[in-house]
Amino acid sequence: MEYIASKTKDTISFDAAMIRSFFPIFQHEENNGLVYLDSAATSQKPQQVIDAMTRYYQEHNANAHRGAYRLAEKATAAYEQARARVARFINSRTVEEVVFVRNATEAINFVAAGWAQKFLRAGDEILITEMEHHSNLVPWQMTAQRTGAKLRFIEFDEQGKLCLNQLDQLLSYKTKLLAITHISNALGTINPIKQIIQAAHQYGTKVLVDGAQSVPHTKVNVANLDVDFLAFSGHKMLGPMGIGVLYGKAELLQEMDPIHFGGEMISDVDYYRSTWNDLPWKFEAGTQNIAGAIGLSEAIDFLEKVGMEHIEDNDHQLTQYALEQLRAVGGLKIYGPMDDHGSAISFSLDAVHPHDLATFLDSKNVAIRSGHHCARLVMKRLQVPATARASFYLYNTKEDIDALVRALEEAKDYFAKWT
Amino acid sequence: MDLNELYQEIILEHFKYPKNRGTIEDADLHLEGRNPFCGDEIKLSVKFKGPTLDRVEFEGTGCAISQASASMMTEQLKGKTIAEIRELIDDFAGMVTGNKAGLNSDRLGDLVALKGVCDFPTRVKCALLAWRVVEQAIAKM
Repeated sequence: MEYIASKTKDTISFDAAMIRSFFPIFQHEENNGLVYLDSAATSQKPQQVIDAMTRYYQEHNANAHRGAYRLAEKATAAYEQARARVARFINSRTVEEVVFVRNATEAINFVAAGWAQKFLRAGDEILITEMEHHSNLVPWQMTAQRTGAKLRFIEFDEQGKLCLNQLDQLLSYKTKLLAITHISNALGTINPIKQIIQAAHQYGTKVLVDGAQSVPHTKVNVANLDVDFLAFSGHKMLGPMGIGVLYGKAELLQEMDPIHFGGEMISDVDYYRSTWNDLPWKFEAGTQNIAGAIGLSEAIDFLEKVGMEHIEDNDHQLTQYALEQLRAVGGLKIYGPMDDHGSAISFSLDAVHPHDLATFLDSKNVAIRSGHHCARLVMKRLQVPATARASFYLYNTKEDIDALVRALEEAKDYFAKWT
Repeated sequence: MDLNELYQEIILEHFKYPKNRGTIEDADLHLEGRNPFCGDEIKLSVKFKGPTLDRVEFEGTGCAISQASASMMTEQLKGKTIAEIRELIDDFAGMVTGNKAGLNSDRLGDLVALKGVCDFPTRVKCALLAWRVVEQAIAKM
């Protein structure tokens, strides 16, 4: 039964105006002229994603895995079909390796609490990088504190690229886990993740990849990468908020403890002991976000109809164009690599604080992010309190970047009187 | 949305040439506050003489709003008792959040220049950063 019957045709040609027409936010009158350059924080949602979730609540709402009536069967089927859709999208070997969670942060916390804190001991090491988002840093700080394992860091250079030569010195048989971002949200760096995973596996080190910024933008194939754990969020890839994915190799998920206990995650319950349900349900206690899973599935459908290769290509062209245009703005400093750059670009303009800059750009209808991007270690390393960040996705155009550059030129005039 | 309502001349003056910038060596209290959203920080030192605040100095990094607000605040706080400081915090927070009815803006003096912040909800935290530090400081006195 194909519950998620998409209303759109089989493929969506890559035409910016056409793509934008699927996103109601750009049609809403209050957002007239909006230049949205903050997709690294969250993406906009196509109508079909919103419709699929509404349709679920209007037509098929019931609790999954619980009722013996047809409505509940439909809800269960829709939820499990969404899981299968995700499994196909990331090419996992089996559907049971896909655990639904709230977001990438929760996925990483699950691995930290359920796997790392179960198996790591004093003397073991956890290797991460200096460019991690707090979601892939703080859980490992806690894990280190609780287990006595040592937390170690791979540094990044002036270009914002990882110092891969340190990998040889840092990796050893003590390294039980390497947790690393695929694409940095603060620097835009694309890490050579396959090469890094291979290096780690030589020592039997398990690798968790934070795919929050990569899964929406590039084809991530877990089988090909041979990654042990992958975490990502639905809302950054056209899906709704509150749904995310933890992928884990079945043998690792088997030995990993559940984090949440309660309904539906059990196999048998007695007075003093219980046993756990099969994968992946042992990690999904309580009523799950079924509408969210359906929305995510529909988002994947949209992404695949456009084509991940076209999305990646468009991201790349926009990013190259933006880097060229931004470099031409006097007083503007770009952080992160100049080539092989993901679609989030961090920058600063003269001495203007990024907050003041973002407020000014907003007055010109250009929405960018300002702040530390939940990456304080990156800010410390760059020796800045904050940066401004523009990030792109499939609905952005060169005209959006032109609008950003125009607004930045105006900002220079405006802030000139401040110095 | 008028940016000039937000970035008034007097605010830019305080941002460019902040008042009471520094650290009091023999302070009664040193306290710091941080805006976790953007990483801005303010370090404050206060020295009382009898019941009134005699000196207050600040250091920190941040946007024009947070730094100007801190500078203007230090000017207004001097010579006030803890009870008066509490009233001022209450008035100021009410003004920038737009939440206080019947606000007596006379008491706020130059701080009225920061009224425009209430039209920029994302910047309210910037304006309040230094004030939250003072609030914590007097709670400890």
